[in-house]
Amino acid sequence: MPVEIDVDHVARLARLALTDEERERFRAQLRVILEHAERVREVAAEDVQPTSHPIPMQNVFREDEPEPTLSQDEALAGAPEAEKGQFKVPRIVEME
Amino acid sequence: MSDYETVIGLECHVELSTRTKMFCGSPNEFGAEPNTNVCPVCLGHPGTLPAANRQAIDHTMKIALALDSQIAPRSLFHRKNYFYPDMPKNYQISQYDLPIGTGGHLDIEVDGETRRIGMNRVHLEEDTGKTFHASATGRIAEAEYALEDYNRAGVPLVEVVSEPEIRSPEEARAYLIELKALLESLGVSDVRMEEGSFRCDANISVRPIESGELGVKVEIKNLNSIRSVERALRYEAERQRAAVEAREALVQETRHWDEGKGVTLPLRSKEYAFDYRYFPEPDLAPIEPDAEWIERLKAELPELPAARRQRFVLVHELEPTAARLVGTDKEWAGFFEEVVGLGADPRTVANWMVGDLTALLREAKVSLSEATVKPRHIADIVRLVEDGTISTAGGKQVLAEAFASGKAVEAIVEAKGLAQISDESALLAVVEEVIAENPGPVEQFRAGKEGVIGFLVGALMKKTRGAANPQEAQRLLRERLSG
Amino acid sequence: MAELCDLTGHELARMFRAGEATALDTVESCLRRIEAVEQRVKAFLVVTADLARAQAGEVDKRLAAGGELPPIAGVPLGLKDVLCTRGVTTTCGSKILHNYVPPYDCTPWARLAAGGSVLIGKTNCDEFAMGSSTENSAFFPTRNPWDLETVPGGSSGGSAAAVAAGEVVWALGTDTGGSVRQPAALSGVVGFKPTYGLNSRYGLIAFASSLDTVATLTRDVRDSAVLLSAIAGHDPKDSTSVQEPPRDYTEGLDAGVRGLKVGVVRDWLGEGVQVGVRASVEAAVERLAGLGAEIDDVALPHADYALSAYYLIAPAECSSNLARYDGVRYGHRAEGTRDVVELNMRTRGEGFGQEVKRRIMLGTYSLSAGYYEAYYGQAQKVRTLVIRDFEAAFERFDILLAPTSPTTAFRLGEKAEDPLAMYLSDIFTIPANLSGTPAISVPCGLDDAGLPVGLQLIGKVLDERTVLRAAYAFEQDLSLEATPPLVAEATG
Ligand SMILES: [Mg+2]
Ligand SMILES: [Zn+2]
Repeated sequence: MPVEIDVDHVARLARLALTDEERERFRAQLRVILEHAERVREVAAEDVQPTSHPIPMQNVFREDEPEPTLSQDEALAGAPEAEKGQFKVPRIVEME
Repeated sequence: MSDYETVIGLECHVELSTRTKMFCGSPNEFGAEPNTNVCPVCLGHPGTLPAANRQAIDHTMKIALALDSQIAPRSLFHRKNYFYPDMPKNYQISQYDLPIGTGGHLDIEVDGETRRIGMNRVHLEEDTGKTFHASATGRIAEAEYALEDYNRAGVPLVEVVSEPEIRSPEEARAYLIELKALLESLGVSDVRMEEGSFRCDANISVRPIESGELGVKVEIKNLNSIRSVERALRYEAERQRAAVEAREALVQETRHWDEGKGVTLPLRSKEYAFDYRYFPEPDLAPIEPDAEWIERLKAELPELPAARRQRFVLVHELEPTAARLVGTDKEWAGFFEEVVGLGADPRTVANWMVGDLTALLREAKVSLSEATVKPRHIADIVRLVEDGTISTAGGKQVLAEAFASGKAVEAIVEAKGLAQISDESALLAVVEEVIAENPGPVEQFRAGKEGVIGFLVGALMKKTRGAANPQEAQRLLRERLSG
Repeated sequence: MAELCDLTGHELARMFRAGEATALDTVESCLRRIEAVEQRVKAFLVVTADLARAQAGEVDKRLAAGGELPPIAGVPLGLKDVLCTRGVTTTCGSKILHNYVPPYDCTPWARLAAGGSVLIGKTNCDEFAMGSSTENSAFFPTRNPWDLETVPGGSSGGSAAAVAAGEVVWALGTDTGGSVRQPAALSGVVGFKPTYGLNSRYGLIAFASSLDTVATLTRDVRDSAVLLSAIAGHDPKDSTSVQEPPRDYTEGLDAGVRGLKVGVVRDWLGEGVQVGVRASVEAAVERLAGLGAEIDDVALPHADYALSAYYLIAPAECSSNLARYDGVRYGHRAEGTRDVVELNMRTRGEGFGQEVKRRIMLGTYSLSAGYYEAYYGQAQKVRTLVIRDFEAAFERFDILLAPTSPTTAFRLGEKAEDPLAMYLSDIFTIPANLSGTPAISVPCGLDDAGLPVGLQLIGKVLDERTVLRAAYAFEQDLSLEATPPLVAEATG
């Protein structure tokens, strides 16, 4: 099955600004990779359970005990921009 | 609008009152300085991993059990992927097709009738941080920039989703009050709408009753109180009905409730549909509760509001309405039981609470726990009225004073001179005065006009400024006049 | 004569205690080697010389005072730059994290540091561990000490090259699809990926969470066991870490392979495998047989599909894991953006390299509405089938044998423009990641060009001991005496 990818839509979902050249290159490369990857459909039968984890485990919890926090300065140490103890970002136009 | 049916579903978000966040050991606490209740995990630092808080999972299961939901034998966390700066990882750890609880129901009472609202699901997720939109005009769309505080990011958040089985704004209100009471009884959340620990989005559609087709569903956001939920739904039901009648096309959309203007407004429509790309969270193990775990939680469940109301009817012989009013809210029920525990008659206590106490609280705009009136006050008032020391009217005055000052009941009675004069010799002197001062009515009574006795008792009460025991006064007057 | 920096960790541990060398001498030896070769090898993104000297001095003091220290104490270590080190820049080989200084230590380094380990520096890697040549580093490619025109493999190429060149004695890398075993094979060192979850992933900057494994690069098999013993075991900060207590993995190392049932994955010795690789691996089979192992062929029928499944699962997880690099809390931020969407898009567009973008696009697409079942869902089923293949094989065999990589080191730039060809480089290593089984790459010879060949041994889940024991027996019997030309030159 030939794969057609809406590169702009995917790039928008992934929040990646692509150059025209990248867009074209990815369109071609992703098609090749996906066509190769499609082989998984040849063998994956209905009755096979998916595995999301190589080593099965369940019920792994921590107790509700407080642990040390970062100070405000430490929290903001890597911030490209900060104001009033908060991370500063340009305006948010999209309501999500 | 009897020929239209309103279909409402409510999606409530409940912040759990755990000591720490859902996936890290940072404190879960309201009101701290920005970005101080944070650690590398809840700031989404590279390389950090979530570790699930056992207490939060217990709390979620208790909510599900209290709603009679099925506890999933295997439930999973999923990642919900979307970008927003209040979300440090740009995905939210949430649940998808295998939530902790599915199904169940919540019984509500509206106009004396009980309605059973089906539940869709109970799931656990992490809360987001808080965004401050710096805007000169106050409008988000016109903000210049935004600030992010991640103190709340990662706080355990339970999503309780009803089936679309709510039929009116009144039912929505009753549902929220009942759910809030249930959560409070469980002790799993502060359930404070004003602090954001209890939030609600509503879905609503209307359709002509005869038509089999579904209406167009509208989601309403920014509902900050139970009152605003009710108002917004009433507005929206009316708006949709008018549109259907005018044969205008409704669009499936999300609308914002404007509390000040009392209207819902469409949110800026998205450029394209959401695509959350859910997949199982690979950093966490599945939750697989066994029977023993579930039984332990069931055993820990406290009495829930419905059971408590039933008990109040059966044991304390309250009317169902009174039982609903004092038995639904955990705080009210506790107060009521404390007063009864001090020996007061339950039905009388309920009357005082539903009547005067409610009115005082409403007027002062305070909650019961904030009020200076304590169970002891009510118990004393009930006792003094019953033994005739004060009149019912006097009791009301005492309550109002206790509400204002918090002073002890006996002291108030004393200071205001509200004790009734039941002493015969003291009363007899006043009786003589009343007879002397009202020759006309006295003549009429003696001539057989029974009703005049009321006037004479009133005159006597006036002279004693209400301090006389009216029954005693009437007895003495009758004796004297027939003698 | 060999210098201190060319010795193994266990030799140095003995010498420190016998008073034949000090940790500080060893650090200086490594720093001298770095001085001599680093400009050509380019294994490091950062050399922490002062920190290393201080840590070594501390170890020497404690040992001189008669203190009991674990065998990793004082031994110079390299850490792949995807492992977080508090206060030391950790970039993942990416521009988007060029200035990122973690506020915490990853668990493996925290455990090593507590035991007196000495950090020489952070090693280069393919950006976010995505690649098989270390050419995808945003900063510079690393070169193979055996031939500077070739790649050291990847993505842990900096760690592999540093160990091979004597710049460190051992190193940690990460293995998601072969990223430790393949560079170990191409650089002529031992690379050991234990069972998924045996080593904590806390502080390992995630690429593909269900596959990422912290793994070791060492000069011999005993060192793999020593280093693993210092880092393995359950970590409450990693919910997927297995409930194993710390163990001494050197125990029983020299028990030999007599009677050990070894399955040769015959399909992996056919076409597409370089002649030199095939010859060395076939010779290794003979050698093990000679040592008393019982050899037979084994088939892994679904292994053919493993690569396809991997290139759906890993990008899907990566697309989500890398969403946090958005220019808000740390790392690179694009200048002069008008709103948050533009900030995110341009920051990521500028900050990520080609391979990372390609995989984010691939993963985003395969998880998006309507494709989940067809791609990610199906790939997870293939994963089940691969696990079943291994389970069936381990009913008959104690250990499976195969080449690590179909080729020896390839030339820089050779596969740079063809992602699929590069992906094929991991075809024999990926199955052990999908199944979580432990697997080691141990040098088994040189090809005609004098480049190392790696032999891969794969064991049962949590049976690291059998893997180490077999690899040790083979290594001791082979006793390959070969040094990269660069090292020979430096030791003059
Ligand atoms: Mg939600
Ligand atoms: Zn935290």
